[in-house]
Amino acid sequence: MPKQSLTGKSKNSKNREFAVVTYLFVFLFVALIGYFVYFEAVKSEEFINSSYNKRQDLFAKTVVRGEIQDRNGNVLAETVTDSTGKETRNYPYGKTFAHVVGYATNGKSGIESSMNFRLLSSHAFFLERLGNEFQGEKNIGDNVVTTLDLTLQQTAYDALGSHDGAVIVLEPSTGKILAMVSKPDFDPNTIAENWDKITADDNKESVLLNRATQGLYPPGSTFKIFTTLEYIRENPDYSGYQFTCDGEFEREGTVIHCYNNDVHGGENLLDSFTNSCNSSYANLGLSLDETKFADTCEDLLFNQKLPYAYGYKQSSFTLKKGASVHDIMETSIGQGETLVTPLHMVMVTSAIANDGVLMKPYLIDHTENYEGNVVKEYSPSEYGTLLEKEEAETMQDFMEAVVQEGTGRKLKGQSYIAAGKTGSAEYSDADDSSHAWFVGYAHRDDKSDIALAVVVEGAGAGSTYAVPAAKQIFDAYYSN
Amino acid sequence: MLNLITEISKYLLIFLFAFYTYECFAVFRKKYGNYEREKIYKRQMACVYLIHLDAFLVIFAATLDIQVIGMYLMQLIFLLSLHFGYTMVYKNSNELVLNNMCMLLTVGFIILTRLNFERATKQFVIAVISAAATFFIPFIIKRAKALRKLTWLYAGVGIALLGIVAVAGAVSYGAKISFTFGGITIQPSEFIKILYVFFVAGMFYESTEFTQVVKTTIMAALHVLILVVSKDLGGALIFFVVYLVMLYVATKKVLYFAGGFAAGGAAAFVAYKIFRHVRVRVVAWKNPLGVIDNEGYQICQSLFAIGTGGWFGMGLYKGVPNTIPVVEQDFVFSAIAEELGGIFALCLILICVSCFLMFFNIAMQMKDVYYKYVALGLGTVYGFQVFLTLGGVTKFIPSTGVTLPFVSYGGSSLLSTFIIFAIIQGLYLKKEDEGEIHEKRDKESQKRSRKKKIAETKFDGKIEEF
Repeated sequence: MPKQSLTGKSKNSKNREFAVVTYLFVFLFVALIGYFVYFEAVKSEEFINSSYNKRQDLFAKTVVRGEIQDRNGNVLAETVTDSTGKETRNYPYGKTFAHVVGYATNGKSGIESSMNFRLLSSHAFFLERLGNEFQGEKNIGDNVVTTLDLTLQQTAYDALGSHDGAVIVLEPSTGKILAMVSKPDFDPNTIAENWDKITADDNKESVLLNRATQGLYPPGSTFKIFTTLEYIRENPDYSGYQFTCDGEFEREGTVIHCYNNDVHGGENLLDSFTNSCNSSYANLGLSLDETKFADTCEDLLFNQKLPYAYGYKQSSFTLKKGASVHDIMETSIGQGETLVTPLHMVMVTSAIANDGVLMKPYLIDHTENYEGNVVKEYSPSEYGTLLEKEEAETMQDFMEAVVQEGTGRKLKGQSYIAAGKTGSAEYSDADDSSHAWFVGYAHRDDKSDIALAVVVEGAGAGSTYAVPAAKQIFDAYYSN
Repeated sequence: MLNLITEISKYLLIFLFAFYTYECFAVFRKKYGNYEREKIYKRQMACVYLIHLDAFLVIFAATLDIQVIGMYLMQLIFLLSLHFGYTMVYKNSNELVLNNMCMLLTVGFIILTRLNFERATKQFVIAVISAAATFFIPFIIKRAKALRKLTWLYAGVGIALLGIVAVAGAVSYGAKISFTFGGITIQPSEFIKILYVFFVAGMFYESTEFTQVVKTTIMAALHVLILVVSKDLGGALIFFVVYLVMLYVATKKVLYFAGGFAAGGAAAFVAYKIFRHVRVRVVAWKNPLGVIDNEGYQICQSLFAIGTGGWFGMGLYKGVPNTIPVVEQDFVFSAIAEELGGIFALCLILICVSCFLMFFNIAMQMKDVYYKYVALGLGTVYGFQVFLTLGGVTKFIPSTGVTLPFVSYGGSSLLSTFIIFAIIQGLYLKKEDEGEIHEKRDKESQKRSRKKKIAETKFDGKIEEF
């Protein structure tokens, strides 16, 4: 062996194995380097912004926290330094943006938390920064420009009035979140003083919870969007569906009433949807395949992670093969075990409005240095197709009919064409109190569409309490 | 003012380090002759001294601790002695390997001094002792004839020591990998991996017949199994991969190589099912932020450090690397990335790669098959260990808890790396001698074969250069 290896031929064939091993290692290292570059350039964001990352606060020593602005440059949060050098975080609109913008004392929440790193990074002109460093002065942090719209946010906030509940508004074609309101709320300007009171054990208000993304509600009749879609998928000739409503529907001892015990008479599928007829939906629900129904709901993001970068709760749909008649009937009309967040509902609505394609909802448009030069831009990105284009168009027709001749008539005859679905979700077995729901969107050729979800807690019928709130928001959006 | 020093030094350090790294690869260029190469080596060492000086300036400015100056001067003397000692005593030594050794040691000194002065002092003392103790290894390797006759002794000693550690060893971080003797904690697997390479090389040098392969495999498997039982996953993986690589190169049978990896994959799967501590690593790797309070804590701290540091780093003393558990050992790379920057860290990876390539290059050119296998084995030990540790702390692969040679804190790791580098230098000297003897005879045949082979294996092109 050793002697052989002195000849050229043997040496070279030996080196083939060397080359294989070397290339394998080089491949490993190139992959490692590629990953490292990817991590630094893309993936690190998630880790830097993690609220567990204590390093963020190191920057507060050398940087004045930047501003948070709405899409038009209105200041939603700013740091004011007084003559003694003491810094105070000021929120000019107080409670209006409480949950979405968040707070930066007593821990952090909302955009204050998720964009903490950006707010504490300075991209001022480098000579200026160098000068500041030389003099031991603080640099001015970058501003975060959100997708939020001050007018819409204020309108939504006022529309909820004294009720608890949530509103979320987004642009279906991009996923930009234009407004996000949750009540009860708190004033971020005084949160430090009120912290003990807010977080006291006997305080059951949970004002810190962002109900728009973390509030789990029964969907009520808004869930008929999912039941309808499943019925259409299982019955391509759905237009032949007929049902006669006499105000209630009984099967195996379970009785389903229509809202107010209204009697809707003879109906097809579209009529049942626009009338929000519980009897008819309990009836057609019994004809559905529970497994396929569950699959459809999971396609539409039930029991799934949502493409949303901030805190949220997952919606849940628990109906399974072999469920009882009672459970199927309750589930089909949006009662039973099903729970949804307003965020989830507005995402599905926005996918319908956008011909089936869901854009990932996002809150940050870009960051810029304090002089207004853009540092980092965030662009719309597609999550995927939730429903086929034809299905989306059918659902659009159904939801437009709700406004034209059904429970959403208060939105009829405006400068824009609205579409949606109302809901009155009973949440208590003791009495008839219910949450008022409306999910829908509006279209006018000169502006991009907007979609919204409104839930008013304990108010009553969706058509009475949620639709008017939606109308105020649509009006505000299309009036300027 | 301190800010300014730190900021300017931050960029200067990156620039010098990047330049050094560039030269590491520029030296492989074919068109360069010995003269140009000498100049490159000189420039590289200038970078080492400048980086050392600049970093210690920052450390001093930040701490205003007079001990830092003493430390700097002693380290400088040490580096100078190491550098000129080698180049004067071993005129033909490989200067790229030498320079990389100096550079990696320097980076280690800098980051350890910043992290923990006491440990840095300890590390420095161990470095001095190790350097002195291993200084004559190249000479021994060049002369010793009996090395290849002790094959079974290597395996016997290795297995016995590993066994003792497994049974009686201290539990450190869930693995029984070290024992303390007279106040000094020793991690025997760091040294046994070298013996192990000599054992495998000896076996395959004798023969690559089937029965010999079976015998060797059994002994190798025994090593690996003891390490698995001791819960030293990183160690077990290194031993395993080193064996497969040596087996493949010696037998030239792809089947062994592929089969070995398939068996290794199956074994890893079984280990995942059986051992909780393996599952913990995988869970932490998959979604560290999801389990940040428990399994993922360490890796998350590491990623916070690397991520927040960004491309240019926070600057020395501007970060909080001490929030990473065992930062001086397994996670030293994260501290470097945090304070010296992502670009610096990337260059560090590349310098390790250039060491690895040089080891393999030397292995390829060795004509004595025994030493060829030794160089191959040591090169694989080094390369794979670097990959495991860097991949682990960056979450590229699940963390296995191994150290970064020359940079991480730890006496066993440091001394064993010195030994590996010294052996490689010895082999290089031997190869140079071989070269002189066979120069005339080879020149003709090499010239002929070179043209043919360049297309096939690009590395042949470099072979003749060194």
